[in-house]
Amino acid sequence: MDLKPGSRWASQVCATEVVVVRSSTEPVSLECGGHPMTPVGEDRATDLALDPAFTGGSLIGKRFADPESGLELLVTKAGEGSLAVNGVTIPLKEAKPLPSSD
Amino acid sequence: MHLSSLLDIAADALGDRVALAACTHGAAGAGGALTYKELSERVDAVARHLAGAGAERLVAVDVNSEAVPIGLFGAARANIAYVPVNYRLADAQLRAILERAAPGLAVVEPSVPPRLGGGVPGLSLLSRDEFLAADGPARAAAGEGDPEDPAVLLFTSGTTGEPKAAVLRHRHLTSYVLETVEFMGADPEDAALVSVPPYHIAGIAAVLSSVWSGRRLVYLPQFSAEAWVDLAAREAVTHAMVVPTMLGRILEVLVERDEQLPALRHLSYGGGRMPMALVERALEQLPHVGLVNAYGLTETSSTIAVLGPEDHREAIGSTEPAVRHRLGSVGRPLPNLEVEIRDHDGAPLGAGAHGEIWVKGDQVSGEYLGRASAVSADGWLATNDGGWLDEAGYLFVEGRLDDVIVRGGENLSPGEIEEVLLSHPAVADVAVIGVPDEEWGEAVAAVVVLVESADLDEAGVPDEDSLRAWVAERLRSTRAPGRIEFRRELPYSETGKLLRRVLKAELGAAPPPTP
Repeated sequence: MDLKPGSRWASQVCATEVVVVRSSTEPVSLECGGHPMTPVGEDRATDLALDPAFTGGSLIGKRFADPESGLELLVTKAGEGSLAVNGVTIPLKEAKPLPSSD
Repeated sequence: MHLSSLLDIAADALGDRVALAACTHGAAGAGGALTYKELSERVDAVARHLAGAGAERLVAVDVNSEAVPIGLFGAARANIAYVPVNYRLADAQLRAILERAAPGLAVVEPSVPPRLGGGVPGLSLLSRDEFLAADGPARAAAGEGDPEDPAVLLFTSGTTGEPKAAVLRHRHLTSYVLETVEFMGADPEDAALVSVPPYHIAGIAAVLSSVWSGRRLVYLPQFSAEAWVDLAAREAVTHAMVVPTMLGRILEVLVERDEQLPALRHLSYGGGRMPMALVERALEQLPHVGLVNAYGLTETSSTIAVLGPEDHREAIGSTEPAVRHRLGSVGRPLPNLEVEIRDHDGAPLGAGAHGEIWVKGDQVSGEYLGRASAVSADGWLATNDGGWLDEAGYLFVEGRLDDVIVRGGENLSPGEIEEVLLSHPAVADVAVIGVPDEEWGEAVAAVVVLVESADLDEAGVPDEDSLRAWVAERLRSTRAPGRIEFRRELPYSETGKLLRRVLKAELGAAPPPTP
């Protein structure tokens, strides 16, 4: 998985879509609803189901960050699945005002 | 990310929200407000037209209007670069730039075609109304565009030699947006007034930030302080960006009309040196508004350092000179960027040391069309701006290094001397430049604009000697201007940049600038 900043990923088992804000320091597996996410626009598997262990849901406009790998995501479409890295759910990032100048 | 995705995501999330305020001009049938969904549909139609016409670039030689965001995103959807050009350029320079921008399709202001005589090879001209109504044959969904592709070409205001075009790729611009703007962060009534011209990087950044946050874009075709205040009041504008010369005039009009602009919350300024007295006046006159000073370059996809509303309040309220002084800084670098001050040999300097500002980060392009990238192998760009960082990491910008005065082997920063002169109560504006000198190689000259004499207290109108003494006491005697001229005003570009070359020519220090 090439989780480059700006790359967009979609859940295979719910409506969640994210964009990578900051990449991870080492290669990781990005998952949603218990299954690997795939690049937005690519075909998704039809035989997968939401894993009940990962149904916390994602919230649109919120940032999620993995303290381990440094991966940071912005949710651009909400869904039922929760975001995870290497099988571990990642937490909401503490909201901090961005330094906007516009 | 691609600019096209940026609009897709916003339109999906905020479809029914108004993206573009009703415009007072434009195509028949346009003029009404557009929601995010409608903006996206209009952009699709324009992209179909561009694809159908086989356009390789979308050039815009026009005033501000809804055609700017539609053109910017339309070009992105068609996977071609958007090239906004200053229509006020002299005919020869405009032609030279358009020849470099071709081939493609150009949206032009009515005065432009006659000025181009027989046109420009490879460039089809279209009026704004034609462009806004354009559509083309249906085409297959294009899929995710490549973030590596150029999104915008901006010709810099270089005055000599061949015009240079900064290349901003999709990944540069979207990196800036992702790192600085809260997606859907706007309240439904938030509105951003854009009065900076579309060929300025701030005009591009304003569109992207507004769409990503979910604001309503309000366009002022051409700046005048009166029109700006009218529009800001009528549209209950909450966010705006101005250059220093605009702010001074706006504050005057607000006083004349006793207008407060109660809806305004966020006013950013940048694009040139802002006199500290003007910032203080703005803080006093608009206490409900958060002031933001932004510093950036075209080549860095706009802002790289920000002095936020809290910084302003803290500085103005402080009795500690170092904190108070920060009102004259451009704030702290964005958290996703690295900024260093380096010496002539590129070695990093510590806090307090003066040198060149270097920057590194995902939004830094440093690339010009047809030239090698100015970014080093390890990702750093030398900005050619002089400056320094204080102990707390606040960045102070002293101006272009090309403007540094070399007097008898000593490097003098015009910005430092200007700042001291501006702190004199009788000085309203000043430019310090180097003039040829037989003894020292270069000597310091100052062109001073005094405040209206009616406003002066008993200290009265200063003469040359007292201004020299003012500088010598606060800096040192080598920095005191040998030559001082008094003027009614200084020459500025419409984007707020002091035109030092014009003054240099007038003082006989340089050949007259080419138009």
